Amino acid sequence: MTGTEGSVSKEVPVVFHGEPGGGLAVAFWATLKRDLVLLLRRRSEVMNPLVFFAIVITLFPIGISPDPQLLTAIAPGLLWVAALLAALLSLDSLFRADYDDGSLEQLLLTPQPLAVLALAKVAVHWLLTGLPLALMAPLLGVMLALPAGSYGVLAVSLALGSASLSLIGAIGAALTVGLSRGGVLLSLLVLPLYIPVLIFGAGAVQAAIFGDGVMAHLAILGALLALALILAPLAIAASLRISING
Amino acid sequence: MWAFINKLRSPKWFYAISARLQPWFWAAALILIVIGSVWGLAFAPADYQQGNSFRIIYVHVPAAFLAQSIFVSMAIAGVVFMVWKIKIADMAAAMMAPLGAAMTFIALFSGAVWGVPTWGTWWMWDARLTSMLILLFLYLGVIALRGAFTSRDSASRAASVLAMVGVINIPIIKYSVDWWYTLHQPASFTITGRAAMPLEMWAPLLIMVLGFYCFFIALTLMRTRSEILRRESNKRWVRDLAGGER
Amino acid sequence: MAFESFNEFIAMGGHAPYVWAAWGVTGGLLVAVVLHARAERRLLLRNLQRRVRREERLVANQGEMAGISHQTGGNRHDT
Repeated sequence: MTGTEGSVSKEVPVVFHGEPGGGLAVAFWATLKRDLVLLLRRRSEVMNPLVFFAIVITLFPIGISPDPQLLTAIAPGLLWVAALLAALLSLDSLFRADYDDGSLEQLLLTPQPLAVLALAKVAVHWLLTGLPLALMAPLLGVMLALPAGSYGVLAVSLALGSASLSLIGAIGAALTVGLSRGGVLLSLLVLPLYIPVLIFGAGAVQAAIFGDGVMAHLAILGALLALALILAPLAIAASLRISING
Repeated sequence: MWAFINKLRSPKWFYAISARLQPWFWAAALILIVIGSVWGLAFAPADYQQGNSFRIIYVHVPAAFLAQSIFVSMAIAGVVFMVWKIKIADMAAAMMAPLGAAMTFIALFSGAVWGVPTWGTWWMWDARLTSMLILLFLYLGVIALRGAFTSRDSASRAASVLAMVGVINIPIIKYSVDWWYTLHQPASFTITGRAAMPLEMWAPLLIMVLGFYCFFIALTLMRTRSEILRRESNKRWVRDLAGGER
Repeated sequence: MAFESFNEFIAMGGHAPYVWAAWGVTGGLLVAVVLHARAERRLLLRNLQRRVRREERLVANQGEMAGISHQTGGNRHDT
């Protein structure tokens, strides 16, 4: 009996010998690469949030007033809210395709911790949604007569903040991925949790406009990101398990 | 401790013990709320600044306290349910959510009504009111998520995860909203945020708060008992009960 | 006592609509919550009783049916 057990445990490393060392890092990068490739093949899905962002920003001057002074006053909040909604728009598809074709289930069965793999998926979401939104925001800022000197802060605050948004939003996406009409529910769950990020993100841009120090805001955004980075993957993993098994 | 947790596993035990506890909490709630109301409405002195409109405090503050406490209780019940798989905890959490939303609504409504004589407007983006509004959205999210699942076990676990995520976020939301409020409206007059209150004013407030807490416990016990009947209706002892409580 | 007369108490120093609206909605909601919980409990108990009775009847009917078939069988054996 012990002999067979010994032989089995001896065989296991042989079976996995083909895989390079550091299985967790490999799994992380493999998931990251796979999702990146998959999403880059469906370019329209990547473009949609950006187009949405641009359209929403166009609607506001039309709906309110083209007066540059007024637009300057509301630009930071407007840009942040629009970017937040654009990021939210793409959240529903974060796990949807993998859920539908069953690869999410395979992800659950891997020996690597699900939280790390989920983190890779969220990283892809940020790379292809949050980061482009942050890079695009200064351009739209010009259209909203954003004062010079706040463009860099706008991009940095959005880049930092949208990472938190992706992490928090992924919890909601994981919770609703098993539901057929999860889209609206997802925004109901996630938007209240976005408020702190919105406050400090828009606050940073506002502070830059007034010429105040922006480091405090950015530091708090970083702190929120650090907290989300630690806690959100665990919640995402737990939520995915619920959605798959339920 | 472990004995208690193991006893909680038995809905039958809970059903019996809650039947004995319930009348005491109902009686305490009734007595405390009646005393607090009469004292607060008729005997407490009028505020030197706000006159008699300050008597709204005796419903606003207890409701606001309860609104926050119920969310925390819901999250604790969620942890208990997730860690020890105690169904009673989830039943209680499911029954708490609507009451919590109702309390948040009361706090919001009384705050808005209070705003008319104090600020001259029904709604002001006061830090407390804004946090309460966000809390209401969080409650609605938990209730909606629980309702969206067809499988009860998934619904329970998803709602537990969301309650936990929410309870981690509540302090962050609260502090960021406070910070946002002081940034935009420095040194404004807040309705409840004054330090020194004479004994005749805060004693009825304390009684009302205790009364509301007793009400919450009594109602949760009662509705959890109903929920046991609903979920365990196939159990032998529940059948026997139906014969007995004709 | 903070008020001289009952009318003054009702008037709340000119703040009557606000104070009574806030208290009224709170009281109303608390009462409604309790009534709802009671109705819910009654309904559940009634449904449970109905179900138990229905199943008892079902079991009894089945017993009767079994008894009848047994009787007829017995009769057939007799003849």
